Amino acid sequence: MKISKLPLPSQDKRWKIIDARMRKYGYQSDALIEVLHVVQESFGYLDETSMKFTAAALHLPLSKVYGVATFYSFFNLKPQGEHTCVICTGTACYIKGAPLILEAVQKAAGGVKVGNTTPDGKVSVVTARCFGSCGLAPAIVLDGEVKAKADPAETAEIIKTWMTK
Amino acid sequence: MTREELEKLAETEHESQKAFPHSIHVCVAAGCVSSQSDKVRAAFDKEVAERGLKEKCKVRGVGCMGLCMAGPLVAVDGNTTMYQQVTVPDVGEVLDQLGKTPVKRLVCDSTTPFFARQKRIVLENSGLIDSEKIEEYIAALGYKALMEALTSMRPEEVIKEVTISGLRGRGGGGYPTGLKWSTVAKAHNGKQKYVICNADEGDPGAFMDRSVLESDPHRVIEGMAIAGYAVGAPKGYIYVRAEYPLAVKRLQTAIRQAERHGLLGNNILGTPFNFSIDIRLGAGAFVCGEETALIASVEGKRGQPRPRPPFPAEVGLWGGPTLINNVETFSSIAPIIRNGGAWYAGIGTAESKGTKVFALAGRVQNTGLIEVPMGISLREIIFDIGGGIPDGKKFKAVQTGGPSGGCIPEQFLDMPVDYESLAKVGSIMGSGGMIVMDETSCMVDVAKYFMEFCMTESCGKCVPCRVGTVQMHGLLEKITNGTANNSDLAMLEDLCDMVRNTSLCGLGMTAPNPVLSTLRYFKDEYIAHINDKCCPAGVCKIGKENLSHA
Repeated sequence: MKISKLPLPSQDKRWKIIDARMRKYGYQSDALIEVLHVVQESFGYLDETSMKFTAAALHLPLSKVYGVATFYSFFNLKPQGEHTCVICTGTACYIKGAPLILEAVQKAAGGVKVGNTTPDGKVSVVTARCFGSCGLAPAIVLDGEVKAKADPAETAEIIKTWMTK
Repeated sequence: MTREELEKLAETEHESQKAFPHSIHVCVAAGCVSSQSDKVRAAFDKEVAERGLKEKCKVRGVGCMGLCMAGPLVAVDGNTTMYQQVTVPDVGEVLDQLGKTPVKRLVCDSTTPFFARQKRIVLENSGLIDSEKIEEYIAALGYKALMEALTSMRPEEVIKEVTISGLRGRGGGGYPTGLKWSTVAKAHNGKQKYVICNADEGDPGAFMDRSVLESDPHRVIEGMAIAGYAVGAPKGYIYVRAEYPLAVKRLQTAIRQAERHGLLGNNILGTPFNFSIDIRLGAGAFVCGEETALIASVEGKRGQPRPRPPFPAEVGLWGGPTLINNVETFSSIAPIIRNGGAWYAGIGTAESKGTKVFALAGRVQNTGLIEVPMGISLREIIFDIGGGIPDGKKFKAVQTGGPSGGCIPEQFLDMPVDYESLAKVGSIMGSGGMIVMDETSCMVDVAKYFMEFCMTESCGKCVPCRVGTVQMHGLLEKITNGTANNSDLAMLEDLCDMVRNTSLCGLGMTAPNPVLSTLRYFKDEYIAHINDKCCPAGVCKIGKENLSHA
């Protein structure tokens, strides 16, 4: 097994977690997606530093890492807001009114576009393809907690409290 | 672990379960967890301990019981009583009534067609066993099929049983599983073989695989190990969506337990067979459901498909012959080996054997997960099991097969559900998403929704799909905002044909299906948008200043 001789980008402990995971995969280049998942779990998003470090450690060109990071929609290349509201736009949720929820949420968050964060860094509004809660449509995820049978007005209220907190 | 040890473990578990006169099963699959069932379970645990009932009542977190809309579901004393929408304050009352008359206001009638009309094979353990305990799976005949296969069957005999069963790929393609297995078994190119479980359930509106992984992960592992033995592969991967964290966690637990019990690893069950499983996380790309794209993704690359042949069965992961089946297919294997292929072939229709799990959602009374024998009619599914359309609305269409499928109108409701019949009416079986739509849905808008999906999810490798889906979406946009004319409609039809026939992979080839099927059965709605500038369902905002992207 190869041992990383790369210096970690900083003293931040999170790099050690990432390095440990890379070691588990023997610094194999095919572990790229797994490693990017760990980076995103640790830092919330992928930035240039982390992508450069990943590329060097896994012996991959930076272009490959960037290619993978931008191909998959699960990876964020921008920091997320303090709070995140994910609106499911899967078929069942769409049929049951997800567009209305999205509209209400965007309005409450000052017209922020999907996939973006409010300028004050408070709220990110994201859509998801489907998180498999179709039996409880329309579903949204507020800071990691699934809310079933969501209502536009109620959701907007929650966003408003996030904005003012 | 040996046969004796496996049997002993099952027996010990049976004994320990029998020692409890009462049992409480709380559904802890994702659907009910989003309705706070984890808190209900914790409350039961606490209350049972406080009342000193720990020796008398077994509280279990179990897998999906199906009726997600009524969650959290709680079953008492081996499903004799089922409660719905149980909240933490109800816990005391449920315990008070243990062994007495049930709490009336919470009872969920489990004799209704929703439960009675189902036939559970893949979901046989869902709602009955604790998915995080391997002992409970073993006590429910778990790993018995693997034991049978490894100790008393040759690989070709295993494949023969699977062939006899008539099982077909449950991911949507419907390719005969036995044939696929024997192709991989026969393939030799000097490289190691692999087994991959496709758990990248990307279809919006489908949650069958998620439920199986969360409710009964060992069943998938057992199916994969049997497949590994049959085709001669020592290594398996489960490619699962990162959007399903609970499923990933339970799979990890299950793999660890199986390794500890010698059911994965080297010399499984004392035989020379070695098999290990790793999890690979998806990262949100619908195209990765396509075999060759999935393989690229497991290899850590962008998930883009490549031309076939060579098929993965001959040249797959890292160049080795690779068997790819989806979660539900692998989940059907253990019962087939246990009961024989002929038993399985006795269920279903002539061409489509066995059962199929469907995720019933949309404008239907009972939303949730169901497993039904092949050949049941759509009407039975939607109106008997599903309980019909809520709020007195009228049924309009049922969408099967997700973005690759089509919308089926009322005149075909009595048609049997099997691969061929669904294809005949312009839809597909798909992985099992079934979305019911009523008169409040605009079919042009639905077609546009799916086209938007395909457009965004197109990987960009081939031109027909990358450019064609954008153009089709643009045309549908024009139709829905009332700026289209009849030549736009003709062009849309032309494009459907072109994209379907010239795309590289299944995503592009099937992307026109939602448009084609709505054009076939709901052309009047298209005409209304174009000629009368109105949306009959009142969904599309015609007249507003929406500019087309075309």
